[in-house]
Amino acid sequence: MSGLRILVPVKRVIDYAIKPRINKAQTGVETAGVKHSLNPFDELSIEEAVRLRERKGPIKVEDILALSAGGPKCPDVLRTAMAMGADRAFHIDVPEKGDGGPEPLTIAKMLQAVVKEQNVNLVLLGKQAIDGDQGQTGQMLAGLLGWPQATQASKVDIKDEAGTVEITHEVDGGVETLRAKLPIVITTDLRLNEPRYASLPNIMKAKKKPLEKKTLADLGVEDTRRLKTLKVTEPAPRKGGGKVEDVDGLVSKLKELGAL
Amino acid sequence: MIPIARHSVLRAARSQLQPTRKLSQPASSALARLLSTLAVLEQRNGKLESSSLSAIAAAQKLGGSVTGFIAGSGVKGTSAAEAAKIKGIEKVLAVDNDAYEKGLPENYAPLLVENIKKGEFTHVVAGHSAFGKSLLPRVAALLDVQQISDITGIESEDTFVRPIYAGNAILTVQSTDNVKVITVRGTAFQDVEAEGGSAEVVDGADPNVPAMTEWVSEELAKSERPELATATRVVSGGRGLKSKEEFDRIMLPLADSLGAAIGASRAAVDSGFADNSLQVGQTGKNVAPQLYLCAGISGAIQHLAGMKDSKVIAAINKDPEAPIFQIADVGLVGDLFDKVPELTEKVKSA
Repeated sequence: MSGLRILVPVKRVIDYAIKPRINKAQTGVETAGVKHSLNPFDELSIEEAVRLRERKGPIKVEDILALSAGGPKCPDVLRTAMAMGADRAFHIDVPEKGDGGPEPLTIAKMLQAVVKEQNVNLVLLGKQAIDGDQGQTGQMLAGLLGWPQATQASKVDIKDEAGTVEITHEVDGGVETLRAKLPIVITTDLRLNEPRYASLPNIMKAKKKPLEKKTLADLGVEDTRRLKTLKVTEPAPRKGGGKVEDVDGLVSKLKELGAL
Repeated sequence: MIPIARHSVLRAARSQLQPTRKLSQPASSALARLLSTLAVLEQRNGKLESSSLSAIAAAQKLGGSVTGFIAGSGVKGTSAAEAAKIKGIEKVLAVDNDAYEKGLPENYAPLLVENIKKGEFTHVVAGHSAFGKSLLPRVAALLDVQQISDITGIESEDTFVRPIYAGNAILTVQSTDNVKVITVRGTAFQDVEAEGGSAEVVDGADPNVPAMTEWVSEELAKSERPELATATRVVSGGRGLKSKEEFDRIMLPLADSLGAAIGASRAAVDSGFADNSLQVGQTGKNVAPQLYLCAGISGAIQHLAGMKDSKVIAAINKDPEAPIFQIADVGLVGDLFDKVPELTEKVKSA
């Protein structure tokens, strides 16, 4: 194995702390004028790629390529990724239509093309984007490439020069450890690491790192939609039932509600 | 390619038969005959997991025939036989092979694809558990279809409801794919009759694709308590518990007095008070018990995403402005270190 060539796909999403508002037409969520940031799970995958470089394991990290597909603001999150330590970035320009962007299957096909073109041997993705909450892209990409996959990783360990990787990942009720060989697709769980803040000098340096703009067509992928959004609505509201004075009040209210 | 052609013929036939079908009326009889669902069942050591039951419940809701699918070591005599007794399953496809015991997606996905194509299923359903989440998208990509994840409702054979943005919005989508590949939220699909069925257990196709991944080990949190995702009562602790010792000292007796499962907020998990597998929320588990009682949890949107479908929510928190009180049916403002032990005593003596 010559070196690690890592691809880190990232997504620009509404900031996790903001409560999204549904638009009047019930076709989606209001995004104009709303604070956006890097999908939290994607921060973890960039951090992990950078740590693989810093750890100086048996295989040297040769390249960390960050990639994002979306509208004109995508370069913002790509600059963040480069300030954290990615070497270069691709912005796949997809016009914003307020429909949540291309579907995971399309993104997976796009990533498959990039993996081949750029000779990538490790793809690190977030386990899900916090807007669509689908949790599919990594697995779909692994399926398309015919590569092994490890989802919801909490530990990634490159064991030897032959490219053996051990991954501990979250499953229901605990954790499981898997062993596979590079190339591989790994999706990150919150427990994997603590992402760093980009320092000011690194933010300045990131401005000089190469950022290439491409289109889906350049990669031979069409943005076809298989799922049609019929409507987006508010969840059924839930109203607080008020407060009680003491534990006795709590117990009797719970009995009244049939919960005890 | 033949099955794909066949599917499009079926689709055309369906739309001819049901030209004015309303979205809110699933599975009329003509439709039901053409619709066939494969419910992907999850097993561990020969026992069906609860996610299997939610997959079957959703499959039954679609209408049409329901076939169960199971694979692993010696499953024919164990979990497949168990599944065959579930009311409403017509057939169980079983693949007895040690290679599938751990449900590794690299060989399990081609196995499923082979069986989906062979059986010409129109719908493939699995629970949105770690197993389903890891496996089904790989299957969907191999079939070249766009999966629909974590659905909470079925409006018709092609229209599904799912939460997005951590449950802050509800999306209704219509799939145009030939095969619908779906994972279902366990708390939204229940009520399967475990007895009364007499499905035939038949051998599924086995393409014997070698696994690229080796299963090394697992470490499961052992607990005598009910399983978090399916418990009827859940008590959950947050950052307010201050330490693991306090978490165990305060929350465990309360859980025991109520016969409840234990959950935790992300803050509590990140601080090491509780195991990762106990996390409730957008990035952890979704629960919808009869009673969700939480202490020392403020109620961030990511946490609410995992528990706001609970029937009754009770909260103990010292901050009267905590967002949790806006959704709790019963709120008590006070120091959890006093109130929880007092509550434990009162529940015990009641």
